[in-house]
Amino acid sequence: MTDTATTERPTGLSGLLSRITTGSNAGSLRTSLTTVASSLAAVAIALSICAVLLLVTGKSPVDAYSTILETAGDSNKLLEMLRRSTPLIFSATAVAVGFKMNLFNIGVEGQYLFAALIAAEAGSRVSLPAVAHIVFILLVAMAAGALWASISGILKVYRNIHEVISTIMLNYIALSVIQWLFENFFRDDTVEGLNVKTTIIAESGQMPDLVDGRLNAMFLVALATAGAFWVLVYRSRFGFRLRASGYNPNAAEVAGIGARRMIIAAMLISGAIAGLVAMYSVIGETYAYGPSATPTQFGFAGITVALLGRNHPIGIVIAALLFGFLDSTSAVLQLADVPNSIVKVMQSIIVLAVVVVNEATIRRLNARTAEQMRAQTDSGEAS
Amino acid sequence: MTTSTPPAVALDGIWKRFPGVIANHDVTLSVDRGTIHAIVGENGAGKSTLMKTLYGMHRPDAGTVAVNGTDMHMKSPADAIAAGIGMVHQHFMLADNFSVLENIILGSEPAHRGVIDAASARTDLTELMRTVGVTLDLDTPVSELGVGERQRVEILKVLYRGADIVILDEPTAVLVPEEVDELFATLRRLVNDGTTVIFISHKLDEVLQVSDAITVMRQGTTVASVAPADIDRAGLAELMVGSELPTPGGRTTDIGETERLTVANLSVVGADGRLVVEDATFAVRAGEIVGIAGVEGNGQYELCTAIIGLRPATGTVIVDGDDISTASVRDRHDAGVAYIPFDRHREALMLNSSLWENGLLGREASPELSTGPLVNIGAARSSTRDIIDRFGVLTPNETVPAFALSGGNQQKLVVGRSMITEPAVLIAAHPTRGIDVGAQAAVWAELRDARDAGCAILLVSADLDELIGLSDTLLVMFDGRIAAEVDPDDVSPAILGGYMTGATTGAAS
Repeated sequence: MTDTATTERPTGLSGLLSRITTGSNAGSLRTSLTTVASSLAAVAIALSICAVLLLVTGKSPVDAYSTILETAGDSNKLLEMLRRSTPLIFSATAVAVGFKMNLFNIGVEGQYLFAALIAAEAGSRVSLPAVAHIVFILLVAMAAGALWASISGILKVYRNIHEVISTIMLNYIALSVIQWLFENFFRDDTVEGLNVKTTIIAESGQMPDLVDGRLNAMFLVALATAGAFWVLVYRSRFGFRLRASGYNPNAAEVAGIGARRMIIAAMLISGAIAGLVAMYSVIGETYAYGPSATPTQFGFAGITVALLGRNHPIGIVIAALLFGFLDSTSAVLQLADVPNSIVKVMQSIIVLAVVVVNEATIRRLNARTAEQMRAQTDSGEAS
Repeated sequence: MTTSTPPAVALDGIWKRFPGVIANHDVTLSVDRGTIHAIVGENGAGKSTLMKTLYGMHRPDAGTVAVNGTDMHMKSPADAIAAGIGMVHQHFMLADNFSVLENIILGSEPAHRGVIDAASARTDLTELMRTVGVTLDLDTPVSELGVGERQRVEILKVLYRGADIVILDEPTAVLVPEEVDELFATLRRLVNDGTTVIFISHKLDEVLQVSDAITVMRQGTTVASVAPADIDRAGLAELMVGSELPTPGGRTTDIGETERLTVANLSVVGADGRLVVEDATFAVRAGEIVGIAGVEGNGQYELCTAIIGLRPATGTVIVDGDDISTASVRDRHDAGVAYIPFDRHREALMLNSSLWENGLLGREASPELSTGPLVNIGAARSSTRDIIDRFGVLTPNETVPAFALSGGNQQKLVVGRSMITEPAVLIAAHPTRGIDVGAQAAVWAELRDARDAGCAILLVSADLDELIGLSDTLLVMFDGRIAAEVDPDDVSPAILGGYMTGATTGAAS
């Protein structure tokens, strides 16, 4: 009798996943503060665990953490943090769009690399005035990312293939397709040696630097994208339908929100944002796509940043900055004789701690709300 | 001697309350050792809750449970199993890729120094099957078995664990007639060996055929205990649906002349290729409530979801003269069709979302609640405040999450959301299910007001009092067909029960 328990919620793994991904959206100030506090607590817990790990391996956690702290005062390191956070903001936003309706886009990696190659090649073949050239390349990147992501959306809608499977598999396919396209069609044969690339994009298509050689304007595009994500998801009718489909697909269908259309739309948007992940490099640093020059692994890092940021744009930006900062310290740590892999360990432990702490927080918050409501309304209710 | 034997199961004064609803109250049940005892009642009458109490899946708020004369305080199914109670669930819980033997011993494996002693299990099971009169190949994977055989595996599993009281929850729901006969033969042999069987059902023929005693439940409580020899099918149906006929209706306005909802030759094909709705034809006029009675699962759900466009169907649906037979859910909604779903948690609410977001669902495209492509949050919140005020939803404000509301208040919100748009046609499916008396009266009042304002209402309900009281015309659905049209002013629950269970046929308009 499902109609007897008012606080019935999905349980088990799928319930946990849906709570991680969609979260509780009953937003009061108190709830938000509790969520922020729990995230901070999670980071503190993670730092403590890492300290123990460092001690066990015979390193001094005090040295390691003071080295990390010292970098925070270095303006060049802070610029490096912003630079490294740029692809993470795109990647996490792309993942979060899917998460908002319980779609797991694990394929950001393949989508952004595919988009990087296509956009770099397209950008090198056209000549346009300065701003238009950049916009053109970004649009091509978004279209290419969306195209690659749409395969998974179509497979899910028409063949009922779970997007986790198809996006993971399409990552591998993307790598092969990229390699084939690059070697056979797009490679600039005038370049010798190991550092092969596509043809260099003309200056009109190069993203200007904000700080010379340190940070380019893709960082601003990333912030704008996070802002657009907020408007789209939390303020637009489309975003409302997206979230409704994620929270309760059956109720959404009854309300006339077609699940198929929403799945395709979510995958297209997710893929389009994914297409921008490597652009800070492709049009801001190397001005070309190159198998060794274009950065990899940001697709997977985006999943953890999205989780840490609770799929909220502000959370994502903060989480990306934190991860970018930790990444930027790894070179310094190396110099201080601390294995820089501790940074990756720390990032992973932070995410795990956040997931665990948040689950506990949400349960307590929900129990408290239900309790308050019962106390307030019981007196007025015939029973 | 038998007179001094305590009953195998005795429940006395059981209460079980869930937030917002009383699932069981004053339940009293006495099951004699070595008998088949049937518990009958409509869906929602509290049978499942009672069985969960008996099987230790939750603890009653009040009352006593005694097994073989001993008071029990069961905290979990493990306690129930230890007391010799076994349960065969309606949905089987078997591991498909395990063999029959492995499934039966799963969880109570006989072991010798940590190694499963399959040989002794096989000997025990062969003996058990001989006693019970069941034949199964113990090495066949369960995935290769039919439904009836799987059920036998479940029964054997329960017996293997030493149960002498076996509860079967709607065991015949999944079986074809021959399998039902086999099951009954097995049950008969079981009780001859001294096992006690508690059999939950709402199929009256089967109950009368197989049981030694019958307890009837209605609206959360046990209303009668009878011997099958002393009652006939119609009598049982009357007990099941209740004979009191209060009138939640009473109308002051006249039914209009215009047909606002016309359904013609509507048929729906189910998942198994069978027609689950067959050739339904009826009309609802302005200011009219047409009720649909029927035992759950006879096509009511499919009929409603076909009318709102959620399910493919053949035939014609016309609303206010517009043919919407092929329109989408949204277009039908825009044409004036509103729907109060069967199951508010599944089909109506986003439990973790705020009330105003729930109030907005389905109306997010309406011009008053949006600004271009954006949601007008202020308007959406104030619209939900209107629903809260008008429909008496008990809540501090519109920002609390829906899960925090009691069932009755959730339902008032759902009903309010459907009615605040003043729809031409309202499909109300179990609008008062699982909510308390006060909320029920409020929902009834709203339905009457909408009707008086000219809305055409199709009311599906399991509550016959509600149907008879509110409806102007009453249709009975049985096996996907509209089996009868009756005048609610001139019908008794007994007559209605006869149509609903297929005992009486004909008189269809």
